[in-house]
Amino acid sequence: MSKYRNLLLGLAVAGTLCGTSAYAGPFGLGREALPEEVEAWNTDVRPDGQGLPEGSGSVADGETVFAEQCAVCHGDFAEGVDRWPVLAGGHGTLKSQNPVKTIGSYWPYLSTVYDYIERAMPFGNARSLSSDEIYGIVAYLLYMNDLVDDEFVLSKDNFTEVHLPNEANFIADDRPDTPSVTEAEPCMTNCKESVEITARARIIDVTPDVVDGAEGGEEPAAAGEDSAAAEPAAQEDQVATAAPAFDAALVEEGAGLFKKKCGSCHSAEEGKNKVGPSLHAIYGQPAAGVEGFTKYSKNMKASGLTWDTANLEQFLTKPKDLVKGTKMSFAGLKKDGERAAVIEYLKSLTPTN
Amino acid sequence: MKKEPTDIRSDGRESDNGRRRFLKGSLAALGGVAATSVAARAATPDPDIMEVQEWNQALGDGVAARPYGMPSQFEKNVVRRDVEWLTASRESSVNFTPLHDLDGIITPNGLCFERHHGGIAEIPPEKHRLMINGLVDRELVFTMDDLKRFPRVNRIFFLECAANSGMEWRGAQLNGCQFTHGMVHCVQYSGVLLKTILEEAGLKTNAKWLMPEGADASGMNRSVPVEKALDDCMVAFSMNGEALRPEQGYPLRLVVPGWEGNMWVKWLRRIEVGDEPWHTREETSKYTDLLANGTARRFTWVMDAKSVVTNPSPQAPLKYKGPNVLSGLAWSGRGAIKRVDVTLDGGKNWVTADIQGPVLPKCLTRFYVNFEWDGKPLLIQSRAIDDTGYVQPTKNELRQARGTNSIYHNNGIQTWHVRENGEVENVEVS
Repeated sequence: MSKYRNLLLGLAVAGTLCGTSAYAGPFGLGREALPEEVEAWNTDVRPDGQGLPEGSGSVADGETVFAEQCAVCHGDFAEGVDRWPVLAGGHGTLKSQNPVKTIGSYWPYLSTVYDYIERAMPFGNARSLSSDEIYGIVAYLLYMNDLVDDEFVLSKDNFTEVHLPNEANFIADDRPDTPSVTEAEPCMTNCKESVEITARARIIDVTPDVVDGAEGGEEPAAAGEDSAAAEPAAQEDQVATAAPAFDAALVEEGAGLFKKKCGSCHSAEEGKNKVGPSLHAIYGQPAAGVEGFTKYSKNMKASGLTWDTANLEQFLTKPKDLVKGTKMSFAGLKKDGERAAVIEYLKSLTPTN
Repeated sequence: MKKEPTDIRSDGRESDNGRRRFLKGSLAALGGVAATSVAARAATPDPDIMEVQEWNQALGDGVAARPYGMPSQFEKNVVRRDVEWLTASRESSVNFTPLHDLDGIITPNGLCFERHHGGIAEIPPEKHRLMINGLVDRELVFTMDDLKRFPRVNRIFFLECAANSGMEWRGAQLNGCQFTHGMVHCVQYSGVLLKTILEEAGLKTNAKWLMPEGADASGMNRSVPVEKALDDCMVAFSMNGEALRPEQGYPLRLVVPGWEGNMWVKWLRRIEVGDEPWHTREETSKYTDLLANGTARRFTWVMDAKSVVTNPSPQAPLKYKGPNVLSGLAWSGRGAIKRVDVTLDGGKNWVTADIQGPVLPKCLTRFYVNFEWDGKPLLIQSRAIDDTGYVQPTKNELRQARGTNSIYHNNGIQTWHVRENGEVENVEVS
């Protein structure tokens, strides 16, 4: 095996010698990464500041960007909407029954905040923020965690001077932390006198209902008798059926796109508002009009728009171009066909059409 | 999905010792079982036998009808499932392998649990690149075709999410081993040893850490020590003989055997080499284990030995008195499974299960116990021991050591309570 490998290596080296450059490994596979290619991808930031780009941002700059880009999920004050992450507060909770792990209360390094925003935020529109915007957001998050004052400006130069309060409370992995066979051979017989049930999942009852087996609260057939397998319950598809007036294929395509591209924040069910409003029957209706939805931006409320095809077409291309300051953090559907399909689907959700 | 009781060991010898020892154990546990009943006689002939069935007469689909074969229409319930309230969005979420519907040690590709942080990236392979940069002699870019020209290896490994069973720290919560233990799968990977690729780039002497990075919308990144990378990590493009599934990182993923699933970066596009760890979001804010005293363990990579009885379990109740097969899975990130013990009485008495090979390091291992059920309630547990001597702890032992805020690395012993009607519930016992 190793002989063969040596032979291979030998051949590879020989090939390299009569070939091109010394810039090749044992197999001569791949090619040199160009400096600009490395720069394009090498955006990661470490606690010692390695990788930080030039730039700066103030708490006030950050507040503006945060309100536009982040608050829809994280809340205006980084308090977290629904189940989206809480980014501020939580001090003194780590030993409690309900630890709140925020940047201020838990995260050890500020560089992680920059690195993560740069690569993954805003959710669904990653890598769209400038360095200055990210510095600003990080400054604002420090401010919301009471770690800097409102005049603070974060930059590449002062970044590593900021230390997060919980840094010292991370320790190395010291497992195993339970007995191994060298300490005690596991007991095999008469190990306990009595056994009591101390907790039951049924009491909490948070298991999703599924169609097979004995779940969903239904009693299974009595054991000991031949029991026919339970018939799976028919599951009604919740997606609204398109009226004949619509292009059925387009509606179907739009329904798929809606689920994939919009479903994280929007439901098509009547009355079911998520991070964004329910889009049931919004076609043909005035903007910012969904009952029970309270998180519209000022500009959306003042827009005076009606959700007709033309406006939807524009909004879905790039939301912030039509309604500056909308809280909808979405890059837009760039393909004409995709917008047409989603609009057709939205139309189909308005019963009177 | 029929499970045949196993009376013969993988080496061909009858497992007399194991069975006899177990029968004794079960007698003690159940207070005795009546003599084996004689097979019942049918009153009338079975129509399934007497009538000519449609499939026995008419022709079925021809060969071209199913270019990519799918499971039988009668297996529609064998699917991944999720728990909607767990996460804020579907794109950063998880679903669970239906362990109770599976057998053997290999997870079918379409049933391997999913965990994404920014949805499934759909990447045309010809547009995918792997870049190696940082503390190397040569910063390199590889295409998928380049990677397939390196010497190749095939290895079977389990992959477990560090948060598997994470909902159970405070007590029994979810009714089903799919939900309590389904963030694990085990497949055969084909690909290139990471060592081979790192040697191609040439590690500098101060290279101590790697940062693999994904091409998805979360840009997943983690820090991996170089010793692990050179030991047994792989860059894989195939699972169970076919290209990776999109949800498992097509066209390329990192394989970090025995270590928490989050490190197995999917849609792998870059590996940076450095002299210090990066302390990324997924190894600081997440995937650190908060202890009762408020400190938190970090870089808790290895998945400790764990096991679970998959049948019976809440989604797979007991249907018959008399002979039954208890089936389960065991695994350890530290090595190979050496032994699995099973109790039917909540831990008073244990018997050693019959392990049906292969037994491979850092791989799911299947065990069985053949038992007679007399219709009385059971409290079933399993306890894995690996070849380092690590013993799967009880949940209370874990809580004593760590408290209940750790979220991750809950490998405590699971208890299933079988009621007299055969229904099974997730419980905890004293």
